[in-house]
Amino acid sequence: MAILTVKDLTKSFGGLTAVSKVNLELEQGELIGLIGPNGAGKTTAFNLLTGVYEPTSGSITLTKNGVSKEIQGMKPYAVCKDGLARTFQNIRLFKDLTVLDNVRIAMNQNVKYGLISSFLHLPSYLRAEKELERKSIELLKIFHLEGKKDELARNLPYGEQRHLEIVRALATEPSVLLLDEPAAGMNPAETAQLTDLIQYIRKQFKLTILLIEHDMSLVMKICERIYVLDYGQVIANGTPAEIRTNKRVIEAYLGEEVDNA
Amino acid sequence: MKNIFKHSALQKFIMILITYAAIQGLISAGIIDDYLQATLATICINIVLAVSLNLITGFTGQFSLGHAGFMSIGAYVCAIITINNPTAVGFIMGIIAGAIAAALIGAVVGLPTLRLRGDYLAIATLGMAEIIKIVFLNLEITNGAAGLQGIPQFVNWTWMFVFTVATVLIITNFLKSSHGRACISIREDEIAAESMGINTTKYKVISFTLGAFFAGIAGGLYASFFFFLKPDLFGFLKSVDVLVIVVLGGLGSISGSIIAAVLLAVISMFLQSFSEVRMIIYALLLIILMLFRPQGLMGSKEISLSVFKKLGLKSKTRKEES
Amino acid sequence: MENFLQQVINGISLGSIYALIALGYTMVYGIIKLINFAHCDVYMLGAYIGYFCMTSLKLGFFPSMVIAMLVCTVIGVLIEKIAYKPLRNATRIAVLITAIGVSLFIEYGTMFFVKANVRAYPEMTGFLAKSFAVGGLKITAQQILIVISTIILMAMLQFIVKKTKVGKAMRAVSLDKDAAELMGINVNSTISFTFAIGSALAGAAGVLVGIYYNSIDPLMGVIPGLKAFVAAVFGGIGIIPGAMIGGYFIGTVEVFVSGYGNSLYKDAVVFAILILILIVKPAGLLGKNTKEKV
Repeated sequence: MAILTVKDLTKSFGGLTAVSKVNLELEQGELIGLIGPNGAGKTTAFNLLTGVYEPTSGSITLTKNGVSKEIQGMKPYAVCKDGLARTFQNIRLFKDLTVLDNVRIAMNQNVKYGLISSFLHLPSYLRAEKELERKSIELLKIFHLEGKKDELARNLPYGEQRHLEIVRALATEPSVLLLDEPAAGMNPAETAQLTDLIQYIRKQFKLTILLIEHDMSLVMKICERIYVLDYGQVIANGTPAEIRTNKRVIEAYLGEEVDNA
Repeated sequence: MKNIFKHSALQKFIMILITYAAIQGLISAGIIDDYLQATLATICINIVLAVSLNLITGFTGQFSLGHAGFMSIGAYVCAIITINNPTAVGFIMGIIAGAIAAALIGAVVGLPTLRLRGDYLAIATLGMAEIIKIVFLNLEITNGAAGLQGIPQFVNWTWMFVFTVATVLIITNFLKSSHGRACISIREDEIAAESMGINTTKYKVISFTLGAFFAGIAGGLYASFFFFLKPDLFGFLKSVDVLVIVVLGGLGSISGSIIAAVLLAVISMFLQSFSEVRMIIYALLLIILMLFRPQGLMGSKEISLSVFKKLGLKSKTRKEES
Repeated sequence: MENFLQQVINGISLGSIYALIALGYTMVYGIIKLINFAHCDVYMLGAYIGYFCMTSLKLGFFPSMVIAMLVCTVIGVLIEKIAYKPLRNATRIAVLITAIGVSLFIEYGTMFFVKANVRAYPEMTGFLAKSFAVGGLKITAQQILIVISTIILMAMLQFIVKKTKVGKAMRAVSLDKDAAELMGINVNSTISFTFAIGSALAGAAGVLVGIYYNSIDPLMGVIPGLKAFVAAVFGGIGIIPGAMIGGYFIGTVEVFVSGYGNSLYKDAVVFAILILILIVKPAGLLGKNTKEKV
């Protein structure tokens, strides 16, 4: 059963169609790559999936525990509540807040105490906050960030900021995780480490992952299937081996060394 | 961990008690006369206003220029109720009813307008405050432009202090909670916040409503202490007054707001008979602050007791060294 | 019916003044995304300069208006250079607070020098004191003067923006500041020029309002300024024809509320329109909705 089904998803900005009749299907537990040249519409597709943009037409269906729900056009926070979390290509951390706060904020939707309790710091507040901190630190440990929990996010090195974005997305307890170029700007060693981490969290949290990435070594290594976007349309879809030899893909990447990776 | 928390809470409590007792002592001894008491009242009211505006503007990042409007609702409701029921119970009912009325208007106005960004919201809130003022100017029950006189006076230093401390504590507690952090995340990056499951509209309205509620409290305190109200008191300039305090103290710093409220009250005390000069100084203060220190006195930092301790420690070691 | 037409005439006269002020708001907002709170005070200064030209210097109406426009131009450019330019890369909230500061500074600085009391504008003589009866309607020469001056100024503005090099630069900068800079446009001088034009129009509006209402005071700019801003938002902020339409609309609405309803609520209605517009169509009548890029 597919956990995420995208049918004929289209988005036009005025006369420009950024995403045109895109169909995607993500099976439970899959790790799927979404690649394509610059401007192919990958990030727009993410923005549509997460509710930042409202699609012009098409549907997005999320199926959890056998229950299907169409989520297109819903607000981003509601999409997130339904189990779709994301990271951003151009890191969008809460820069002037601590690492811990960044993670705790993402846990907001599962916080049980009410406003009155927050005004007066009643026992329910104290209990919940303690639990919140424990869970946050547990997540931070995966990415070895627990020692920096009180630092401001803006003071983290670039690679760790990318990691923190993933931790923050995990904190929303997603079932589908969308990663927008998680390895951008990383060196090969960091990328290798990130590759392992993605594999680990996928298993640990039983995640289905959709990944936009330009680093072909990463995509080819960990993705089970790959969708290729060009000019807003899916031009190919298959295993890494199939994609590597696909004529249209090579044409789309003309000049970019896809087979070198 | 829990011990330390209890410890610092106790310390805080003692500090608050000492402040209250010290000033109460000075009042009893007659060192703080009526005039200084009025300044003290102004400081307390301005702290309540500034801290609540800081919640909206400094912490949630929603620029409001209508705080005086909410204050006036609290003031008029409280005044009308206490005039009709001139007892302490009437006053308490009045101030609470005023705050609730302000909060309701805040929620009603906030729900549609908080979708607007930055400067549009500023203008919309300014417009809202002007509308409120015009309504008060034309209602019979508020006695129009002449205003309400002879409002029974219940608020003394003790009441002022209790309400101010309660406001500051409730707002700081809120900001340290998950709900408060959700508000702060909107200021930091609204799109990221929403993508992390924060219902930004809901939290903006909560912050706005809460801010309006306490502005209403400040209005009630004002009405009962100064026992005279007229709509002109709550114009654009009053909103700017509060904004100056928040900006000077630092957007996002509660202790900054408190320090700035005290500082500006002292400055205006000396400039009392030169109201034009006072406004010129306020204006220059705003411009110079934005040009040279846009983060205000405190930035988004807070003074806590541990800072005093550290300072104490430093000066101690320095003394020992010398 | 006669009453209705009379209100329309009065509305157009008042609307002309709002339109002139609104143009300054809209152009500045279009180019640096700032609500220039101080703009309404430039208008107030224009009224005072006109007043001193006519009383102390015994100049006629036209020379006074030209001098007011010139001085306001200089003031507008100075405000931009001193207060806003250093904040080009600051947060929008910081610039907005600065603008409020500048506005208060001009208002209370003026009050300090000329005192807070209301002054009466000099009586107009000759043609400008006349009024005409057309049918049952009364049209004053001042109203004609206001409308004609406004039309001439707007025509000049359209010419500058559409046909001249500096007008093209203004449009380019308002579309994309960085790209304009890369194309060799001097962004700073273009912004200064925008302030200059806006301030000149505000100065003219100040003098016109002086002869129309006959009284001026240092805080006279605040409420008309806000209404002109509402006008700019109504038409679609950043859009020059929008500001004109908005100005005439707000002026007419205000006159009608006073004429047929309760004049005490005329300001409230304008602000209610503002809030309504912001909720229903924040981009304004002629504007397009845009969304932040993620």
